[in-house]
Amino acid sequence: MVAEEGEVAEDLIEILEASSMPIDLARYVNHVCDPVVGAIATFEGTTHDTFGEKCILELRYEAYVPIALWHLRAICSDARIARPHHRLAVAQHLSTVLIDEASIFVAASVVDRVDTLEACYILIDEVKVSVPIWKKV
Amino acid sequence: MTLVIPLFRAREVTSMAEESEDTCAANKAGGVTKMQKTSDMEEREVGPWIEVKVLFFARARELTGLTDISLLMPPQSTARDCMSKLLNNFPKLEEIYNSMVLALNEEYVPESTVLRNRDELAIIPPISGG
Repeated sequence: MVAEEGEVAEDLIEILEASSMPIDLARYVNHVCDPVVGAIATFEGTTHDTFGEKCILELRYEAYVPIALWHLRAICSDARIARPHHRLAVAQHLSTVLIDEASIFVAASVVDRVDTLEACYILIDEVKVSVPIWKKV
Repeated sequence: MTLVIPLFRAREVTSMAEESEDTCAANKAGGVTKMQKTSDMEEREVGPWIEVKVLFFARARELTGLTDISLLMPPQSTARDCMSKLLNNFPKLEEIYNSMVLALNEEYVPESTVLRNRDELAIIPPISGG
């Protein structure tokens, strides 16, 4: 596991390398929980069982970890500029991910409900377009 | 020690350039044919060659069959020069050449970037994560 705190200590960013265990979703939800916040939003990217005409049993992920980590840190930082957040958490599972398991998990806590949902949207959207992570069917 | 590299020209070798044991081993390790000094060839003093480690990811790994490779390049080589050499050795990389980006020592860089000894160049195909 490669973990790194974001620019703000409240962010938890982890890339789980060569782990056979599913992402511990509670770990990241607990990280963003705080009595001062009014809402927590999460996004869980799961593996579906088809890819075109192929029947999928599992997906494998790889990443250029050093760049992926600073990209995730930058994304969290940009998200804070757009909307002040209380805490953010991102976990990306590498290696093999089974059907219905999470490959990526994002959690955000903000005071305002709308901002919380938008935080998750911004984070996952940026991960898909800019972080060097690849899936292999 | 300064390595004298002649320009490419088919000439009979009249003498062997002296070389250090390390340089010879490095040239062999990098799979580069060492040019030999001849009295008829133009010569230019260019300095020691540099070793660059290239990382392959995703589709680039599939196309080359490798996770990484070490290249021996002439001094002042650019990332573009490195890519040219890789395309020569692995023509299948042409498939992703126009859609990939390069990272040098964990930072995205343009092809014009000059490489230095022990640099790490990563071939980054289109992303498909999340």
